[in-house]
Amino acid sequence: MTNRQIETLAPWLFTLGLFVFWELACRLFNVSSVILPAPSEIFAAMVKYSSPLLKNSFVTLWTTVAGFLLAVGFGLLLGLFVGWSRTIYRGLYPVMIGFNSIPKVAVVPILVLWFGIGEVPAILTAFLISFFPIVVNVATGLATIEPELEDVLRALGASKLDVMRKVGIPRSMPYFFGSLKVAITLAFVGAVVSETLASNAGLGALMTQAGSNFQMPLVFAGLLALAIEGIGMYAVTAWIEARMTGWAIRSQQSAAG
Amino acid sequence: MIHLDDVSLAYAGRTGPVLALEGTSIKVAKGEFAAVVGPSGCGKSTLMKLVTGLVKPTKGAVAVDGSPVTGPVKLAGMAFQNANMLPWRTVIENLMLPLEIVEPYRSNFRSKKAEYRERAETLLDTVGLKGFGDRFPWELSGGMQQRASLCRSLIHEPALLMLDEPFAALDAFTREELWCVLRDVWQRLGFTVVLVTHDLREAAFLADTIHVMSARPGRIIETRRVDFARPRSLDVCYEPPFQELVLALRNKIAEVRSA
Repeated sequence: MTNRQIETLAPWLFTLGLFVFWELACRLFNVSSVILPAPSEIFAAMVKYSSPLLKNSFVTLWTTVAGFLLAVGFGLLLGLFVGWSRTIYRGLYPVMIGFNSIPKVAVVPILVLWFGIGEVPAILTAFLISFFPIVVNVATGLATIEPELEDVLRALGASKLDVMRKVGIPRSMPYFFGSLKVAITLAFVGAVVSETLASNAGLGALMTQAGSNFQMPLVFAGLLALAIEGIGMYAVTAWIEARMTGWAIRSQQSAAG
Repeated sequence: MIHLDDVSLAYAGRTGPVLALEGTSIKVAKGEFAAVVGPSGCGKSTLMKLVTGLVKPTKGAVAVDGSPVTGPVKLAGMAFQNANMLPWRTVIENLMLPLEIVEPYRSNFRSKKAEYRERAETLLDTVGLKGFGDRFPWELSGGMQQRASLCRSLIHEPALLMLDEPFAALDAFTREELWCVLRDVWQRLGFTVVLVTHDLREAAFLADTIHVMSARPGRIIETRRVDFARPRSLDVCYEPPFQELVLALRNKIAEVRSA
């Protein structure tokens, strides 16, 4: 086997190794399945409860994606706005930092009061938690235009809008697409937190219910489903990033300065 | 073409106003190749920004092409030490960027795109970059990028070309090669050039007049005409009058630095 093949196989081998280790540990030390179920029990639970797991996974998926898309739209607009001028940047930044530092768990009860239990608070929590990195990245991309390049354009009579259209916005795209990976992960966290606290659908809700019935294998099956879903969404955004901004990666790798 | 009359510029520093330029007067005639040399931090780049209207003088007046400068001059081509190519555009697309901004090209950019593309390719040809138009800037070496940057500053046929140490980051051979490229383009098109540099040989080889600046706050302390016959070949650099000129400039700057 070549090095390259080993490298492609490595993630699978490590995952498999983790499960094998886990299984052996549970059996060797005779761990009660109410404390920590062995992978075999978890997989059995996944098969047994495949229908509710799939149904709830789908709910979590769509609330996450809905919140994420809201965050992308809003984050992109706010990022452009904030990156437009130093004054707006300075003025809005502390407010945004303040907002971002509020743990979103604390906001869920308010959202429930406003919109009731269900999917809306999940979507909104996903949105609130995930738009910040998008704003910061887009704004940073705009704010860090090389001053000399701006001089070149302004000496030609370019307006602020010209500079943004020709340089700022294309330039901030790698930052934007890079932030999507972070944002989707956060949106996922937001949706699940909200489901866990106040919903009767979604993986978070399913796990809360299973937990209160001491169905630990099902709780862990839920966790595993979350992990799989999270990896999937991350992979999709990473793929989009690579597709959309290949020049940024390649231009960093090239030796020519 | 350019007239700076007793210009001073101060900007707000950490501990109060910093005087970058004080009582500077320069005249550059139309079609003249002027070089500005001086110790580092003497406000050479500030001078560029003043002439192009990117900053306003605190005192004095700047006039370009007979009219006072109140905002960005809208006619100058600029190139810097960094090529500053846009990595998401091909070389040709980078070259055409000024045409997307400057009138009259801007309004008919879409309809005349093919013609402008051809013009960009011709220009690439003159700097020895034929066939590199469809590459991306990061596929080019530093010297090639700098050539492309020079092309970008010339594509809209500016009456005024401002160069801020454009060859400083290149190796000695590439630098001399690009001197000749610049010399040829300038002799063919006859625009006005202001070249800011700290390479005295570069100034002596290329320029009609050399302005020596003092350390901060910058002032023009000497203006020298360079009378070597044109067109100049690189051999000029190895003749005694050239060496004497460079030595004289060097001594002048050493004197300013120690003062």
